Amino acid sequence: MKLMPCPVHGERNIAEFVCKGPVLSMPSATHGSPQLWARYLFLAENKAGIIDEWWLHTASGMWFVARRDTTCDEILQTWSIEAYRKERRKKQKTTAQR
Amino acid sequence: MPLALLKYALGLGERRRHFPAPQPLKKRYDVLVIGAGGHGLACAYHLAKDHAITKVAVLDKGYLGGGNTARNTTIVRANYLTEEGTAFYKESLKLFENLSSELDINTMYSKRGHLTLAHTDAALRTARWRAGVNKHLGVRSEVVGRAELRKLCPQLNLSCEVRFPVLGALYHAPGAIARHDAVAWGYARAAYRRGVDILQNTEVTGVVVEKGRVVGVKTSRGTIAADKVLQAVAGHSSLLANKLGFRLPIRTVPLQACVSQPYQPFLDPIVVSGSLHVYISQSARGEFVMGGATDPCELYNTRSTLEFKEQLMMHILELFPQLAGANLLRQWAGLADMTPDFSPVMGKTPIRNYYIDAGWGTWGFKATPVCGKRMAECIATDTTPALLKPFALSRFENFALVGEKGAASVGH
Repeated sequence: MKLMPCPVHGERNIAEFVCKGPVLSMPSATHGSPQLWARYLFLAENKAGIIDEWWLHTASGMWFVARRDTTCDEILQTWSIEAYRKERRKKQKTTAQR
Repeated sequence: MPLALLKYALGLGERRRHFPAPQPLKKRYDVLVIGAGGHGLACAYHLAKDHAITKVAVLDKGYLGGGNTARNTTIVRANYLTEEGTAFYKESLKLFENLSSELDINTMYSKRGHLTLAHTDAALRTARWRAGVNKHLGVRSEVVGRAELRKLCPQLNLSCEVRFPVLGALYHAPGAIARHDAVAWGYARAAYRRGVDILQNTEVTGVVVEKGRVVGVKTSRGTIAADKVLQAVAGHSSLLANKLGFRLPIRTVPLQACVSQPYQPFLDPIVVSGSLHVYISQSARGEFVMGGATDPCELYNTRSTLEFKEQLMMHILELFPQLAGANLLRQWAGLADMTPDFSPVMGKTPIRNYYIDAGWGTWGFKATPVCGKRMAECIATDTTPALLKPFALSRFENFALVGEKGAASVGH
């Protein structure tokens, strides 16, 4: 049994979770071009390596983000949505300062 | 005992090679095919046979037929749901039927009949829809009820005392199985006899593009110049395309399968259940070849999981309780390039003279002959054949998806 370290429920059987695909930034509903939408919807990077993904805990209906290595299926870290947003903002700030 | 065998045993006979010894790299080719799987080799064969283009090399980082060609469950059928899909696979089925004599190798092509079980009214409705589309396009398919099903497959558990009782099925009489290795070897040998070079253990590390046009590839054994290049690297399609700067509509997920020990002949037809995510057939060797749903998330790894086997066997035993004592012999996984519309991507790319054959998810083996033939036409004439047009890469940017819901291993 593979375990998922859920940010709320702790380690649970991975069968309780559903992977909902990589975290992507959605194009603007009003200003996004068809090309941008096609890229967002269909044209995946499909990377072999470390990616951030949406996961859903089906029993509780809770969404969160997990960082996973797509070459070995190892789950490296998980965040609640709030914690993940905070982390992203922090990262954006430091890259902007550079 | 045949004399040749006796001679061989005594070390007197000449050792016939099935395939050429490793060849040195040439400086340039008219066409380079990346990936020596069934598709790449079939394309090389048809380039030489139909279009007299023999300065062709097929490159592979491993050995020929060692990727997804060796990892599928060898089912050949044409009972798809869309007109585009049905027409395409119908031609493939026709080519498959004559493949043994065309390639002078026994592909062990065996027509078994293909049953897609329906456990719900919705599934039965889809079966009627598929039968309608198939009949319209001249593919033999029909919906059968429980009484006929009992005749076609008496081994099947039709009891109502199970979680998902069987209501009926889509019966596709021409459904068949073939030996996947023989298909790859046959194409390789036939292509080689027509002058095609097969370069195994030659990994492509990059593609050389000048002014938006491909001019060659970089390999682990040096750079080779080429006028045209075909990418046929199922399971690694996105990684190569990303290197070239364009994206593919693909998510790579493992598809696991397994075979049992050989048993006496027991099961004639190929039995599939879309709702239960199960397909099973018995090979000529007597092994039960079984597969299920694709893994639940993106992964570039061919590991096997216990979850897969638990789920698969739970459903298999509901359909065939007789197999409860059967032992598993082997298990494996292949990398399936899943597209959003369960259809392949074939034809031209944003880079001139660079062609693609990808997105073969769970439906690649059965397309091997037609894909090879039509991709060869596409490369030789630089125009996309009508049969391939609906499957162009550009369909995603134009929001003109195919929507093939007759594909295997996908829920619908």
